[in-house]
Amino acid sequence: MPRLALTSNYATAYAVKMCDVDVIPVYPITPQTTIAEKLSEFVANGELDAEIIHVESEHSALSACVGAAAAGARVFTATCSQGLMLAYELLPIMSGLRLPVVMAVPCRALSAPISIHGDYIDLMVARDAGWIILISSCAQEVFDNIIQAYKIAEHRDVLLPVMVAYDGFLMSHTIEPVEVPDDENIVREFVPKKREWLYLDVDKPVTMGPLAGPDWYYEIRFQQVPAMKNAYKIVKEVAEEFYKKFGRKYDTIELYRAEDAEYLMIGYGAVWGFIQEAVDRLREKGISIGGMRIRLLRPLPVEDIANALKDRKGFIVIDKCLITGMPVGPVFSDITTALKLCNIDTPGISAVHGVGQRTMYIRDFVDLAEKCIETFKSGKIPRESIYLGLRT
Amino acid sequence: MSSRQEISIRWHGRGGQGAVTAAQVVATCAIMKGLYAQAFPEFGPERRGAPVKAYTRLSTRPIRHREPIVSPDYLVILDPSLLELPATLEGARDDTILVVNCPEPPEVVKSRKFGKVVYIDATDVAMKTIGRPIVNTAILGALLRVLDLITLDDILKSLEKFFSGKLLEVNRKAVVEAYNLAKVI
Repeated sequence: MPRLALTSNYATAYAVKMCDVDVIPVYPITPQTTIAEKLSEFVANGELDAEIIHVESEHSALSACVGAAAAGARVFTATCSQGLMLAYELLPIMSGLRLPVVMAVPCRALSAPISIHGDYIDLMVARDAGWIILISSCAQEVFDNIIQAYKIAEHRDVLLPVMVAYDGFLMSHTIEPVEVPDDENIVREFVPKKREWLYLDVDKPVTMGPLAGPDWYYEIRFQQVPAMKNAYKIVKEVAEEFYKKFGRKYDTIELYRAEDAEYLMIGYGAVWGFIQEAVDRLREKGISIGGMRIRLLRPLPVEDIANALKDRKGFIVIDKCLITGMPVGPVFSDITTALKLCNIDTPGISAVHGVGQRTMYIRDFVDLAEKCIETFKSGKIPRESIYLGLRT
Repeated sequence: MSSRQEISIRWHGRGGQGAVTAAQVVATCAIMKGLYAQAFPEFGPERRGAPVKAYTRLSTRPIRHREPIVSPDYLVILDPSLLELPATLEGARDDTILVVNCPEPPEVVKSRKFGKVVYIDATDVAMKTIGRPIVNTAILGALLRVLDLITLDDILKSLEKFFSGKLLEVNRKAVVEAYNLAKVI
C-alpha cells in the first residue's frame, strides 16, 4: 500500500474521497480549513464526484447536512470550536433523526479569550448530543477512522452520526506517513452504499422531524439508547473487519505496556504518543506503569475501561481541556463513573495539560507519573485536577 | 550522528520565506523513501516577516510524540538576522550542525562551537533561479550537503509534491545551485 505524507486534515480529505461521499456542506474555520480546501480540490479536478455546498455559517452547514442525509445522500462535514458551538443546535437533531452523517473535528479551544489553538473543550462540550465519538491519535488513524465511521454510522442497527476527533494543529497540521490504498475501490467495497436509513422518497412518503408530545417524545427519543448500545458492538465488529482487510488493529480503548503495570496513565488524541514515550522512560527507571487511551468516547466503553483498570494501584487521566464547575477533567469523570458502575475502586488522579495548546513535553508526563505514584502511596488523593504547565 | 535512531531539524525563518514548506519537503521526502518522519510548524498567527519556527523529525522507526524540538541535531536559519535573537540558538549543542543563509561565515561561529557550519548566500541563489527572495529551496540544497538519510536526488524527486511546471523547474535549480555553492566548515 503506498505511503503518503499527509497531515491529519489531508488524511481526512483522502478518506472522504475514497468513501465516495455525495454531499459536503462546509464552512471554513481554523484549524479545519485545509480539509475543506483539499476536498474542494478533489471535486474541482474530478477526483471526487460530490456536491460541495458553500454555506454562510456552520449552523447552515449542519442544516444542509440534515437535508442532504434526509434525501439519502452520504454526507460529510467538518468543523470545530466556535463553529461547532454555532452548529450545536443541529447536533441532537442529526442524532434524533438518526442520520448517519460523519463529521471531522480537529479540536480547538473556545473563546473567550479567543484562541485558534488545539484543545478538546469543543468536543467535550458536544459529548452529550447523541453522536458516536471516535478520537484518533495519529494521521493514519484519522484516515482509518473516517472509513470505519461510515460503516458504523450507516449500519442498520446503529444509524447515528459520528464525530471523528483529533488534535487541532498538533495533528491537523502535522505531516506524517499514511498508508493509502492505491485503488479506492478497496475502500468502497468496505463501505458500500446500502442506504438503510429512512430517507425522503416520493414513492414511499414519510414525515421527518414532526412534533412529538409528551405521549410519544420519550419513546422516540429512547430509541437512541439501544442504538448507542448497538454502536458499541458495531464499533468492535467494524474494527475487526477493518483489521482483516487493511491489517491495522483498533478497539474501543488501547493499552501500552499495561499487562503487568501497577499504574496506568490515560489520555486521548495526540497525548497518547507522549504517554507512550513517558511510559518507556518510567519503565527504564523500574516503575511499573503502562498507558491507556480512549478511542471510543461515545458510547463510553464502560466494561472495557473497568476491565483495564481493575487490580491496579492507581490511574492518572490527562484531559487536554479545562472545564470549570467540575473539579476534575471530563474524561476523568467518565472513567470514574465507569469504574463505580463496575464496583471497582482503583484510585485515580485527574490532570489537565495542553490547554489552549500550551506546549507539552514528554518530561511533564514522566514527572506527573512520579508525583502521582507518591500520592497514591500516601493515600491522600486530591479532590481536584492537577494543572500541568500552568504559571502561577 | 549515524548511530542515532532519530534526526531532528529545527527551522528558523521569517513569514514568507517558506520555512514551513522546507520542513514539510524534507519529511515528505523521507516518507516517500519509506522512512518515518513528521513535520510541523510552531503554530501561531501567520504574519509576513515575523519569526517562524518549524520542526522536522526523521527516523528509522515510527515517531509517536509531537514534542517541539528542544535540542536540534540540525539548525537551519533562513534569515541571518535571526541569529541575533537568543531563541534561535536555544538548545543548540556543541555537535549541532548549523546551516545558515549567509554569504560569509556567520559571526556566531567565533563565539561558540558547532558540529559543522554550512553557509550559503541563499537569497542570491533564490533571486537568480526563482527571481524572488523565497530562500527555502536554496537552503535545502545547503542542508543536503550534511544531511544523513536523504540525498539530493530524493529531494529533487519529492519537490514534485509541492511544485509543478516552471515553478518546479526553478526550485529544483535553486536546490542544485545551493548544493554546489554551499561551503562547509
